[in-house]
Amino acid sequence: MTAITVDRLHKTYTVPEREGGLRAAVGSLVRRRTRQVRAVAEVSFEIDHGEVVGFLGPNGAGKTTTLKMLAGLLHPTSGEARVLGSTPWQRERSYLSRMALIMGQRNQLQWDIPVLDSYRLNQAVFRIPDAQFRSRLDELTELLELQALLRKPVRNLSLGERMKCEIAGSLLHAPQVLFLDEPTIGLDVAMQRRIRSFVADYNRRTGACVMLTSHYMADVEALCRRVIVIHHGRLLFDGGLTDLVHRFAAEKTITVELEESRADDADLARLVGGHPLERSATGISVRVPKAETARVAARLLAELPVVDLVVEEPPIESVIEQVFDAPEEQPSGQEVTGG
Amino acid sequence: MAEQAVAGPTTAGRPDFSRVSWPALARYYRGEFSAATANNLAYRGAVAIWVVTTVIQPLVSIVVWRTVAGPGGQVSGYSSAEFVTYFAITMLVEHLTFIWLMWEFEYRIRTGSMSPLLLRPIHPIHKDVCDNLSYKVIGLLGVVPAMVLLVVGFGGDVSDIGVAQVLAFLLALLLAMALRFVLEWVLALSAFWLTKISALNNLYFSVFLFLGGSFAPLAVLPEAVRAVALVSPFPWMLAFPVEVAMGRRSGADVLVGYGVQLLWLGLALLLLRLVWRRAVRRYSAVGA
Repeated sequence: MTAITVDRLHKTYTVPEREGGLRAAVGSLVRRRTRQVRAVAEVSFEIDHGEVVGFLGPNGAGKTTTLKMLAGLLHPTSGEARVLGSTPWQRERSYLSRMALIMGQRNQLQWDIPVLDSYRLNQAVFRIPDAQFRSRLDELTELLELQALLRKPVRNLSLGERMKCEIAGSLLHAPQVLFLDEPTIGLDVAMQRRIRSFVADYNRRTGACVMLTSHYMADVEALCRRVIVIHHGRLLFDGGLTDLVHRFAAEKTITVELEESRADDADLARLVGGHPLERSATGISVRVPKAETARVAARLLAELPVVDLVVEEPPIESVIEQVFDAPEEQPSGQEVTGG
Repeated sequence: MAEQAVAGPTTAGRPDFSRVSWPALARYYRGEFSAATANNLAYRGAVAIWVVTTVIQPLVSIVVWRTVAGPGGQVSGYSSAEFVTYFAITMLVEHLTFIWLMWEFEYRIRTGSMSPLLLRPIHPIHKDVCDNLSYKVIGLLGVVPAMVLLVVGFGGDVSDIGVAQVLAFLLALLLAMALRFVLEWVLALSAFWLTKISALNNLYFSVFLFLGGSFAPLAVLPEAVRAVALVSPFPWMLAFPVEVAMGRRSGADVLVGYGVQLLWLGLALLLLRLVWRRAVRRYSAVGA
């Protein structure tokens, strides 16, 4: 049961371009130069009903552009997409009424009126029958603990409270496809966790298909078994999260804070088994294969004046970087040329 | 069963969006209107300042044209008392037809706040209609007393205004409101292409000032300018309803006027349909 089919989706923006300074500004009056910027390049994938897919990539990779095309906000330059049987950018009302795009940095609720009034407006827009509206609102209120917030104007809410309200507002019409663009950005850890478990729960209960972008690995780990990675608009990886993590987060970073940094380079290189090493003002950090983590850490603890030692997974950005650096990991058929 | 499989698990019982539901639209209008009113009341200070601004311009016009006409004199068939009435009613019509969306659209496109409006299964124009109506209703609280004060204070001539004129005026006013709203909404859509449309707005309003009749009654304008004005949509959005109210147009003349208003409205709606589709296609603002 395919919910989303994307076939060689391509988006190029035309942006004006000029050098800085007055001369260039005057020049641009006469002759305007533009540049083609490729945001999404021939991306293809399919997502089934009920799937939660992490959509990853560094800033500017083309994630948001892709989501906007799938939500019907942007027209692609070329390529096809079908979501719930519709072509999104034809913007049929029946399609818009069955999907939601939630952008962490974008306000969809009305700023000056109580949250509940915005919800009532959504009820009218999405033509939700009273009984359904009430039962969904009750459910969302309970799950996201909104009781105290419903009667406050949106402008009086904290960022986290607002995000909860935004999410609830976008789910009142029970969308079958949910696009979440950085839903936890700027939120504290507890709120991030709550939103994560809520999304998982929503997916479980309704069987809705969820596509999620996030810079927080924890979001992706908690929610997505599958991830799609894009970089410079190109699809680089499409597969299980465990595959991705296993393959590319095969290293860990050991960061050591030292009492005094007297060890010399040769000594340190021996201690860490020749793995890449960085010195900082307070100590060193070294990236080692997972299997060697314990051994190297033990050696460091035994032989250096260690104040503190931390073992970390590499951050998601660097995992993506590694996917990008490893061309053999590209699934066949997804490789793109030209553009 | 098969259809369920294609559309997904929770399709059953969903409303049919392929056709317009009037009760649903009415519910939406009620909700959006009260939301807009809550907003306007929250910023009542700003609204009051806007209303004061609306009153100042006719005040200036009245002082100037009364001086031009002089006591007991006339300019192109307008006595100084009639100038007072003309500009007082013009103020009311201006308040009820004016829209500010051309500036709003520039902001919407630049900041990406257009996006949420485009994600909903309802045309964004409905929200603007509600916001606009709400502002106007609230503004009337200031504009109507101001109009009465101007007429009484400056000795306006209301001897030709009877029930028939008021009724005829109301229809002309409604058509003028609809026409100007649609036309300026279409103009506002140019923000999709230009992202900075203030210059275009200023040009538009300068032309409107002359040809619409807010600077002076059309009768006062030179013959050539008046001829141009009458084949433009501008006087049908402002001067025409004012002239109907003052009884300066009557009988067949009024009916023809309605016809011209309807014609322009039809054209504007057609244009709206055409431009809107292209505008949405074009929507690709950075940070959209």
